Amino acid sequence: MTDKVILEVKNLKKYFRVGRKRILKAVDGVSFSVKQGEVLGLVGESGCGKTTVGRTVARIYEPTAGRIIFDGTDITDLPEKDLVSFRRRLQMIFQDPYASLDPRMTVGEIIAEPLDVHHLASGAERLERIQYLLNVVGLNPEHANRFPHEFSGGQRQRIGIARALAVDPDFIIADEPISSLDVSIQAQVVNLLTSLQEQRGLSFMFIAHDLSMVRHISHRVAVMYLGKIVEIAPSRQVYRHPLHPYTRALMSANPIPDPDVESTRQRIILPGEVPSPINLPPGCRFAPRCSEAKEICRAAIPALCEAESGHYVACFLYGDAVESSGDAVAGDGLAV
Amino acid sequence: MAVAEASLNEPASDVLLSIQDLKVSFHTYAGTVHAVRGVSFDLKRHGALAVVGESGCGKTVTVQAVMRLTPMPPGRIDGGKVLFNGRDILALSEKEMQSIRGKEIGMVFQDPMTGLNPTMTVGRQITEGLIKHQGLSAREAWKRAIELLRMVEIPNPDIRAKQYPHQFSGGMRQRAMMAIALACQPELLIADEPTTSLDVTIQAQILDLLKDLRQKLGMSLILITHNLGVVARLAEDIVVMYAGKVVEKGKASDIFYRSRHPYTRDLLRSVPRLDAPERQTLASIPGTPPDLFVPPPGCAFAPRCRYTMKICTEAEPEMTEARPGHFAACWLWHPDNPNPPVRDFKEGGGDQ
Repeated sequence: MTDKVILEVKNLKKYFRVGRKRILKAVDGVSFSVKQGEVLGLVGESGCGKTTVGRTVARIYEPTAGRIIFDGTDITDLPEKDLVSFRRRLQMIFQDPYASLDPRMTVGEIIAEPLDVHHLASGAERLERIQYLLNVVGLNPEHANRFPHEFSGGQRQRIGIARALAVDPDFIIADEPISSLDVSIQAQVVNLLTSLQEQRGLSFMFIAHDLSMVRHISHRVAVMYLGKIVEIAPSRQVYRHPLHPYTRALMSANPIPDPDVESTRQRIILPGEVPSPINLPPGCRFAPRCSEAKEICRAAIPALCEAESGHYVACFLYGDAVESSGDAVAGDGLAV
Repeated sequence: MAVAEASLNEPASDVLLSIQDLKVSFHTYAGTVHAVRGVSFDLKRHGALAVVGESGCGKTVTVQAVMRLTPMPPGRIDGGKVLFNGRDILALSEKEMQSIRGKEIGMVFQDPMTGLNPTMTVGRQITEGLIKHQGLSAREAWKRAIELLRMVEIPNPDIRAKQYPHQFSGGMRQRAMMAIALACQPELLIADEPTTSLDVTIQAQILDLLKDLRQKLGMSLILITHNLGVVARLAEDIVVMYAGKVVEKGKASDIFYRSRHPYTRDLLRSVPRLDAPERQTLASIPGTPPDLFVPPPGCAFAPRCRYTMKICTEAEPEMTEARPGHFAACWLWHPDNPNPPVRDFKEGGGDQ
């Protein structure tokens, strides 16, 4: 990992219009950065906005507000035609290996499509590249002429990884890349991703709901709740010393495959469910379910602040900093 | 089959459910899938047993047969017995079975939306069983339905009872399904991946509720899951399945700390633990499970196993008893193997 920041996201917002006058704030003011060669894990429960963050950063969704700076260039407002070189450098791996591969294309065509789009290789070189990529992800190069349905879920995910690697990207956003796979196959794919990341010095955003897996492969972990990042910390810190009450609950809800540990572990069971992102509670979004909520938590939104070195948390238990209201107003006023 | 296991399978009073050499296959145009290929295990009365394995290992097909819910055709039960309180369920008529299903054995499914009827209010779905099996009047049954919703900790149960499943969140639907399954106070609850579609904090709520209710109502539980963390939290006994067979069974501590089957061991080591150091290589199992259209002649795990010997690909291993109640089907531990890999397995399977 180097100290060079490759991706910087500042106060990113993505709102969706649902119905007539209702707005769903899927991502509501998220800031983070990723260093070159770093794996940042983005974890949270369904509806927390983690997938939307990934897709907005990749400019699949148009951001509502905020800035996305990739390797020194602000790509937030770049028109589509100028995004080509950015798209070559940032690739995605998707969750569902059944839906993300065109069933009518052969594996070779799927992997070569990005090469064709970016005019990177043709003829013998293109063919060589396909064989090489299949090899890299542990598939038989002779299978280039087969169709996706001939492969298992784990193998399809390898095809998706080969496609992402085809253009030699610097940055990969992997959105729940293993959650549809069986346990023993998950380990295969995670080990493959980790070794590729290390060998090629790739930067990664690893989005998933499985905290133990995210922590396992990431250098740092960002925890999201209802469109906001509540805590960012080095992976080790997240388990050993979680600060935000939500992170602590998430950690304790995650069962550890060890009966002795499980029978003695202190458990925090969160009451209720995640509120709808259309009707957000005022103040801290976690306050209605938080056992340590104070009066201020229901009135103001805590800002993400550095509580310890490199360990950021948005919670009034660790400071009084309120999220600046100027941003909120500017964001709310924007067209969706 | 080893002598010790045969005696274990004798119906005794403390065994509530005994599955003996169950075989289920599915007949499709592409051929016959041998989904369950001779499965045997016992559930103790008041016990909590988890059936663990990856997709396609036959765990769901096994419990479907217990509930007599195997879709026929294409399914067919090719042999075996399922003794529930000593009675062979597989020999019952559909009518006799209806008095067991829902009344003596309740079931909770993975996807709460398919387990519930979208055209009926949740309350009515609970009263259905109460009126049918317990002969309650509609009014009494409704009152009881509201009590049951309260028991599974659904807020505002009297309002919720009048609502339809689509008005419930995923976690609430799972609770509603539990209320239906528990309505007639069954002796046995079968929960098939009850928390797989839920978020982890909701999963924690449901697991706690299951644990609580099991103690309160004194019922036995069969839990089907692929999540070893969930198993560690709830199960007392564990059955590990692979390719339609039981490869290992025993007490939870036997399986987690003293596992003998290489598959169990690799499975335990392939999941990252929250309390383990970061970014270690996970033990991954190479390859994929076998095609059950053509089950392999020997041990089904042999092609992926790091200890494979010649015999493994030729003959099926029998169950050998490692310690009382702990069995593994692996040639490594067969009494005739002169060099069991004792040293490799000394540390147990749960550690990383």
